[in-house]
Amino acid sequence: MKLLRLAPENTKFPFMRFRRVSYPFSAVMSIVSVVLFLTLGMNFGIDFAGGTLMELRAKSGHADIAAVRAEMHKLTSGDVEVQGFGTPSDLIVRFGVRKERAAAQETTVERIEQELGKDYIFRRVEVVGPTVSSELVQSGTLGVVIAIVAVLCYLWFRFEWQFAIGAIIATMHDLLLTVGFFAITRLEFNTTSIAAILTIVGYSLNETVVVLDRIREMLKKYRRMPTDQLIDISVNAVLPRTIMTATTVFLALLSLVVFGGEVIRSFSLAMIWGICVATYSSVFICSPMLIYLGLRNNSAEAPPEPASKEVKPKAATPARPVAVVKKQARA
Amino acid sequence: MLRFATWKIVAILSMTAFALLVIVPSLLPPGARAALVDHLPGFVPVRTIVLGLDLQGGSHVLLEVDSNEVIKTEVQNLRDDARRLLREERIPISGGIGLLPRGIQLHVNPEERDKILPKLQQLATPIGNPLLRGSAAQALYVNDMGNGAIQVLVTDAAINDRIRRAVDQSIEVLRRRVDALGTTEPIIERQGNDRILVEVPGLQNPERLKEILGTTAKLEFRLVANPGEDPSNYEMLDQTDQPGKLPVEKQVMVEGEDLTDAQPGFDPRTGEPVVNFRFNIRGGQRFGEVTSENVGRLFAIVLDGKVISAPRILGPITGGSGQISGHFTVESANNLAILLRAGALPAKLTIVEERTIGPGLGEDSIKAGEHAAFVGAGLVLFYMLITYGTFGIFANIALAVHVAFIFAALILLGATLTLPGIAGIVLTIGMAVDSNVLIYERIREENHAGRSIISSLDAGFKRAFATIVDSNVTMFVAAAILYFLGSGPVRGFAVSLGLGIMTSIVTAVTMTRMMIALWYQYARPNKLPI
Repeated sequence: MKLLRLAPENTKFPFMRFRRVSYPFSAVMSIVSVVLFLTLGMNFGIDFAGGTLMELRAKSGHADIAAVRAEMHKLTSGDVEVQGFGTPSDLIVRFGVRKERAAAQETTVERIEQELGKDYIFRRVEVVGPTVSSELVQSGTLGVVIAIVAVLCYLWFRFEWQFAIGAIIATMHDLLLTVGFFAITRLEFNTTSIAAILTIVGYSLNETVVVLDRIREMLKKYRRMPTDQLIDISVNAVLPRTIMTATTVFLALLSLVVFGGEVIRSFSLAMIWGICVATYSSVFICSPMLIYLGLRNNSAEAPPEPASKEVKPKAATPARPVAVVKKQARA
Repeated sequence: MLRFATWKIVAILSMTAFALLVIVPSLLPPGARAALVDHLPGFVPVRTIVLGLDLQGGSHVLLEVDSNEVIKTEVQNLRDDARRLLREERIPISGGIGLLPRGIQLHVNPEERDKILPKLQQLATPIGNPLLRGSAAQALYVNDMGNGAIQVLVTDAAINDRIRRAVDQSIEVLRRRVDALGTTEPIIERQGNDRILVEVPGLQNPERLKEILGTTAKLEFRLVANPGEDPSNYEMLDQTDQPGKLPVEKQVMVEGEDLTDAQPGFDPRTGEPVVNFRFNIRGGQRFGEVTSENVGRLFAIVLDGKVISAPRILGPITGGSGQISGHFTVESANNLAILLRAGALPAKLTIVEERTIGPGLGEDSIKAGEHAAFVGAGLVLFYMLITYGTFGIFANIALAVHVAFIFAALILLGATLTLPGIAGIVLTIGMAVDSNVLIYERIREENHAGRSIISSLDAGFKRAFATIVDSNVTMFVAAAILYFLGSGPVRGFAVSLGLGIMTSIVTAVTMTRMMIALWYQYARPNKLPI
């Protein structure tokens, strides 16, 4: 049986050379994400913004968005958002002032249910008060921060500190770009999105760890190889696995997007974006970071040409007696 | 690599068989499940998976004790106590007792100061369990302002203690009320310091639940004031069934606490729904006395500060039972009876969060989730098969067992499966596949580097395992933190992710290794099939 191979065999792709492109590119993307977050902001769902959300389904025929909107304006003051949701007979209605007590919204909801109950089935009603929503923001942010710190500690313990720093920078990069993705796509940001962000953080770390693991192994194997060449070899070695895994998870998520229903669509879309970003950052952001952080100082500067290899020991020899002299002097 | 202990094989196979047995009841339709329970001996547990509210529909209501009200009551009680104390001690005060936001202020003659200060301190009611008076925090803070002015302030510890107690009592009352609705497995629990979470699965009428949860249900029988009575003795109260206010005496004749039973019924004369109640002995006596002294007057039945009805006392009512009529519908009479039986809430509860999922939406979500899971799993299985051939089949078997393990673990732990939980399972499928991919790619690599088949297999598993452990531990750390810090949906996600990481190590590593070892012994290949 002829088996499928997506990745070509024995690639020797010079990934590290791309850091001169990938770093400015990622820096721009990160800055754009931050700017988008600060200017455009997130499309916070009622979990975070507070307010009321109702999902309606017309009892017969298509839902009349305009009529529902007109009815809603009669019943509530303030912003009302009426949108189609999935099928033509489904509607989603959002309203509510942030500072309004949930109890006040309750009475509004009851009036709406009476008015619209003739033509629509209320499939979902959610009312979140302002105090609850601000607590959700706090605990969500705290969760992300603590998770990252804990993982940083683990990586520091298992690898060199440079690896931990590289992994964290890559993860932060993915986090920023995901936030930017939410800001620009206007996907609703709710508690499930927090789960998506955390999953992306997890996936990003997983990708990074796989690459770093191989770099660590290669470090022991090729002690004299320059760092960028060594990283290139490592990344090329794990490339088939990276492509294979990314494709598999992508397939699973794609089916969630297409068939999983409206409720988890924003989760799945964010995850797909996250996988692309995480795969990119593990190769182009995290690994080159090791070069900058000066992993293995002694041989990192050694040029690969054999001619200059001879120069290196010469330069190193006179240094040794000096160190010995110093030790003797101290003794 | 080739040596695989028999006990390990037996252990893995029996774990798999056990997991399948655990999940079978959840896969059966309800009818077949009932039949199965009938035919199995009693000691076999037949559990099904618990679906979250987002999947089976239901109501989730978060209530908060109104702390302002608790403080207000506490301050008022303090003022009443102080007034009683001053009267008993015959200490005159100038200018009455002033109310502060968190306490009271009064002026006494400076000579009386030393006499009154310790007495005021004694007004403090104990905080916490009186049987465990170890760390008795101060409940009152008596502040001598000089010149005879004294402030008595309620401490934060005392307020928090009152709120905590109010939450405890409310949970009891709410449980009695929700149980009376006859729903299955409601969850009523404390959340944080001043909140109560109520989750009722599969409820068809969320409006009724909210009504029953949000009503304080403080019932009082009070006389309607006679014309020309001193205005400080009565207050004007709203009426529920007609506009206009009614002057009702402040003194309470009998309270809802003195009821022993309340049942909905019909008035035999008018045929309209009413609530029949019975007093306990004390309430019956008191009600008998008051009605015999006040024949011809109106008395008001007051619920949460609103007059439900104000019938005329036609004669002494000494039987210890009575009837409330107030233009009820069958449902509202039933609700009131439930509320009266369960007792009043110690403080007002406000709804701070409410989520109601209709059963139709839950069903659709399950269908969508199932659909997505089948298609996603199908794609992944097919992809693994065409990429790795025979080894792909092994990975796919391991993947199926992995999913069975997650569901079995969820069922055995009684954990709730929610939509984010399904998303977590999908992610662990990705993780499990990733483990297999890491191993297989490593085996290929070692083989290409010129190792023999058996030594490639060995090295592939050994080297990939280090990576798998690192990546799984990182994920598990993240999942654990999510579990402890997250709430609701995030938690459900963390549970299935955490469980999935653990089971994926067993299935994707150990089980695949076992299958490949057995296959190698059987087939003796001279070339790796990947």
